[in-house]
Amino acid sequence: MAVLELRNVSKHFGAIEALNDVSLSIEPGEVVGLVGDNGAGKSTLVKIIAGNFPPSSGELHVSGELTQLHNPADARAKGIEIVYQDLALANNLSAAGNIFLGREKTIGVGPFRILDYQGMYKRAGELFAELKSETRPRDLVSQMSGGQRQAVAIARTRLSDPRIVLMDEPTAAISVRQVAEVLNLIRRLQSRAIAVVLISHRMPDIFAVTDRLVVLRRGRKVADKRVAESSPEEVTGLITGAIEQA
Amino acid sequence: MTQITRDHSPTDNLSRQNDRGLLAWLIGRQAFWVFVAAVLACLALSLMSDRFATGQNLFNVTRNFAFVGIIALGMTVVIITGGIDLSVGSVVVMSAMVTAVLMESGQPVLVGLAGAIAVSLLIGAINGVLVASLGMPPFVVTLGMLSVARSLAMVLSNNKMIFEFGPDHSLLLALGGGSLAGIPNPLIVLVVLALITWFALTWTRWGRRLYAIGGNEHAAILTGVPVKAIKISAYMFCSLCAGLTGFLETGWLGSVTTNLGQGMELAVIAAAVIGGAHLAGGIGSAFGAVVGAMLIEVIRNSLILLGISSFWQGAFVGSFIVIAVAFDRFRRHSNSE
Repeated sequence: MAVLELRNVSKHFGAIEALNDVSLSIEPGEVVGLVGDNGAGKSTLVKIIAGNFPPSSGELHVSGELTQLHNPADARAKGIEIVYQDLALANNLSAAGNIFLGREKTIGVGPFRILDYQGMYKRAGELFAELKSETRPRDLVSQMSGGQRQAVAIARTRLSDPRIVLMDEPTAAISVRQVAEVLNLIRRLQSRAIAVVLISHRMPDIFAVTDRLVVLRRGRKVADKRVAESSPEEVTGLITGAIEQA
Repeated sequence: MTQITRDHSPTDNLSRQNDRGLLAWLIGRQAFWVFVAAVLACLALSLMSDRFATGQNLFNVTRNFAFVGIIALGMTVVIITGGIDLSVGSVVVMSAMVTAVLMESGQPVLVGLAGAIAVSLLIGAINGVLVASLGMPPFVVTLGMLSVARSLAMVLSNNKMIFEFGPDHSLLLALGGGSLAGIPNPLIVLVVLALITWFALTWTRWGRRLYAIGGNEHAAILTGVPVKAIKISAYMFCSLCAGLTGFLETGWLGSVTTNLGQGMELAVIAAAVIGGAHLAGGIGSAFGAVVGAMLIEVIRNSLILLGISSFWQGAFVGSFIVIAVAFDRFRRHSNSE
């Protein structure tokens, strides 16, 4: 059963059609690349899935169940986690502090609760080990490389055992070696049957890690096919409009 | 990418690395060095002036520094969120005036204290709502409140001095001006409040989220932290500290005039910043606020004892803020290279 299914989703802001009749289905453990030029509707689609705003029309099904998401917390409760482009990390906190941000572990009785530092370090260490990342739970995020910061943002999504992780341009601002690190992190999520939607401008990354790709152009879905059956040239053509439909 | 080393962060419980010893950790903290400076200044003063180490002078110094210190704790909490509260001096006079007016009309001291707490929490809530919910700059909101609250204190008292506090008159004076086992009461309040603030900042979700908001407010919102409520609570806490100070100062001075607490925000902000709080947010500690206040008061006292005109005090306090910020800038700059 599809972990996430969009049926005929449209979104308009006033007279502007940001998304037009887009349908999309994602299976557990599937990595789907979402590509398109600026203004093609990628971020609108992500924001609908993330619960930032509802679609103007169309339906959202999570694990086969018709769902309405009113805010990001709703989406998170349904097992949808987002890795934002700016990663949403607080530099002055440690890796563990960021992973547990807003969901801090506490120990105590009734309303008398204190932060469970040891528990948070331990769980964060486990998550990093699972992701095979060298990041240490106690290190400050301000002292980390771009790849390590990505690992912290991705480890955060694992905290709640999500069913689907949306990643917005995770490889846009980091070095080549760190890109490989991030692509490995995506494969690890996949190996745990977590579906990943990868939004990226970088064609090599899409072809390295995704199973399927979806191309948006001017708010419409113009292609939805297996990566193995496509090529970077075809995708570029679809994005620019040189190829009408595939 | 610039590497920002925030090694004196009070979030050390989540950042202290295993391979660094306690001494190294201590040396990296601004508050520690300020504490050393304050102790050295005390030693030097004891040698240079035979009046410094007298019981009466020390009693005065500790009590004076307690007032600035109490408010600096609240100011530090606000600064950690990336805000500032310029209205604290006016909250001091407003809450003192409410206490005075209530008690003058025959109310018991507990009603006077409750009035001071209520009015300070209300002012803090207004500041907080304007900043957090309406997104107005804290500087503008609290600057406006600085003027409004002092003006209301004048309206309330008709700009007259109040020095009669009804049936509980002597009790009020004993609370603010007295001492327990030789320790001035305001100092006891400071120590208790500092421990509470330290605990809240280090061991509670509330404290952790204050730091997160100051570090990256957008991230805090996206991760579901109730940013508005926490910011409002920070301004209320700061105002409450100022309100308690207003109550205690009323008892200490034995009278309230409408110039009480005037210009106090500067000393308080200086104490917080000297103690390591970053005006950009995300960093600060309860211990820092206390030692910052201590250093300022010791310096202020030394000027008096050494016979330097009190007109110089503002120059010193003002320069201290600038030097503390410059010092931190310089250190961060050298760390990033």
